Amino acid sequence: MTTVETVVGPAQTLVLNMGPQHPSTHGVLRVVLELDGEQIVRAEPEIGYLHTGIEKNAEALTYSQTITITDRMDYLAPLSNNLGYCLAVEKLLGLEPPPRAKYIRVLLTELTRLQSHLVWLGTHAIDLGAMTVFLYCFREREEILKIFEMVSGQRMMTSYFRIGGIALEPPPGWLDPVARVLRIMPSRIDEYESLLTRNSIWLGRTQGIGLLDAKDAIAMGVTGPMLRASGVAYDVRKFFPYSGYDEFEFDVPTRTEGDCYARYLVRLAEMRESLKIIKQAMGKVPAEGAIKVDAPGIVPPQREKMKTEMESLIYHFKIFTEGFSPPVGEVYQAIESPRGELGFFIASDGSPKPYRMKVRAPSFVNLQSLEKMVKGRLLSDVVACIGTTDIVLGEVDR
Amino acid sequence: MTDTPDLDQNPIVSKLRAWDAGAIAETLSFRGETTVVVPRERLRGVAEFLASEADLDFKLLVDISAVDRFPVEPRFELNYHLVSMSRRERIRVRVWVAGSDPVVDSVTPVWTTANWHEREIFDLFGVRFAGHPDLRRILLPEEWEGFPLRKDYPVEGPR
Repeated sequence: MTTVETVVGPAQTLVLNMGPQHPSTHGVLRVVLELDGEQIVRAEPEIGYLHTGIEKNAEALTYSQTITITDRMDYLAPLSNNLGYCLAVEKLLGLEPPPRAKYIRVLLTELTRLQSHLVWLGTHAIDLGAMTVFLYCFREREEILKIFEMVSGQRMMTSYFRIGGIALEPPPGWLDPVARVLRIMPSRIDEYESLLTRNSIWLGRTQGIGLLDAKDAIAMGVTGPMLRASGVAYDVRKFFPYSGYDEFEFDVPTRTEGDCYARYLVRLAEMRESLKIIKQAMGKVPAEGAIKVDAPGIVPPQREKMKTEMESLIYHFKIFTEGFSPPVGEVYQAIESPRGELGFFIASDGSPKPYRMKVRAPSFVNLQSLEKMVKGRLLSDVVACIGTTDIVLGEVDR
Repeated sequence: MTDTPDLDQNPIVSKLRAWDAGAIAETLSFRGETTVVVPRERLRGVAEFLASEADLDFKLLVDISAVDRFPVEPRFELNYHLVSMSRRERIRVRVWVAGSDPVVDSVTPVWTTANWHEREIFDLFGVRFAGHPDLRRILLPEEWEGFPLRKDYPVEGPR
């Protein structure tokens, strides 16, 4: 009789590569997953596939030229990037844009938040198998992009905010489509909610998934809707108001569950809050007035003046050939982008080009929490957790 | 940049001074932002104090930004941007790191979020962080040579 000896080795895990080409990684994210059966032992995001050296490029461009490369980071919220950068440079220069520009900026950045959350909702839902929501969200998003095209000429890479104000006077009647968005959106958000909020598949895929408690979230530097879904009401618009946000009335929605479902509810509530802000901003935008601050040598002069005034012509020439030189110093300016705290750190050495521009990208920091959210959970939850983080890889890699 | 005397009245600065007079090398104020310059070897201690002291409560490390001041020595400037949610205040902690020995203590044990920020600075500037759990390149490929955000690295890349 022979005996068969079975050798039991150490527990075997499987390393699985998810991405960089994967429909639910929202760009080119690669996650190295170590699996024990279907359970995640380790999840390590590998980033950098979209690294384009934006911060290095900025050092070779003038302050005005840099605006165009800020759009390219968070391409779902270009106007938020423009705003953050312009506010930082304005802080460095000690400039304050005129009220008309200020409120137009608030109005458009809140529209940006709305359309960015629409993309998030649509893609998050399609990742988890709800196709219809995706189509509905993109239908409404198009309405908002048309407004961007109307005012700036571009649907996405707007570069509409400039240092000291905004680039162009918005065309007559531009508030009509904004009013239309305000009119249709509340019922459209209800429509998304009717498709998801009590949908048992949606609940099963999001409730209790991707848990992040307040302490961990703060330790990991998580900001934006993700932090607020963990019960911390940190919103840069309220804590460190900029661009006149302290004059607006709005709530900061929070939840305490800290799971994907809570983050879904927080973002939907935020969309309704954005509508409130847009409505107030429409009332606040003066019908007439300057759109750029009067700062010769920094803000380009009006075309008409250039034809009649020698000085304006000289300033125009100087701004576009060598740029302007802010004082020596460093500033950090943060705004609440749709994804969290978007910060611009600018170090000036007194030359017309930023000596150093560092972008504090919310997606970059928030992505770090992925491993915490998925560890010990199932492989299929990774998709939900990437979706709920709402990353934009252009911003993660810069 | 001006070193304004009224910064001594700043409660954060005076708290730090009261805790350890040697923890602050210099205080700066520019455009309403307070910067506390900390000697390199004191960084870790100051970080722990700022994060754990109950009425300071700088629990949120928002960002670490490095600047290369080449050819000035010490050439690397690290800026730690902190937020205290209970005080609704921001502060910037700055350390200088010499180019000949670019090492500074990691603050990852104090704020977990520092992990990726420090990896990014290591990747792009070549500053090393002592005690970092996993100091590898993060954005660039592992085999990349040089540190692109250094000022002696051309925009077009090395030739």
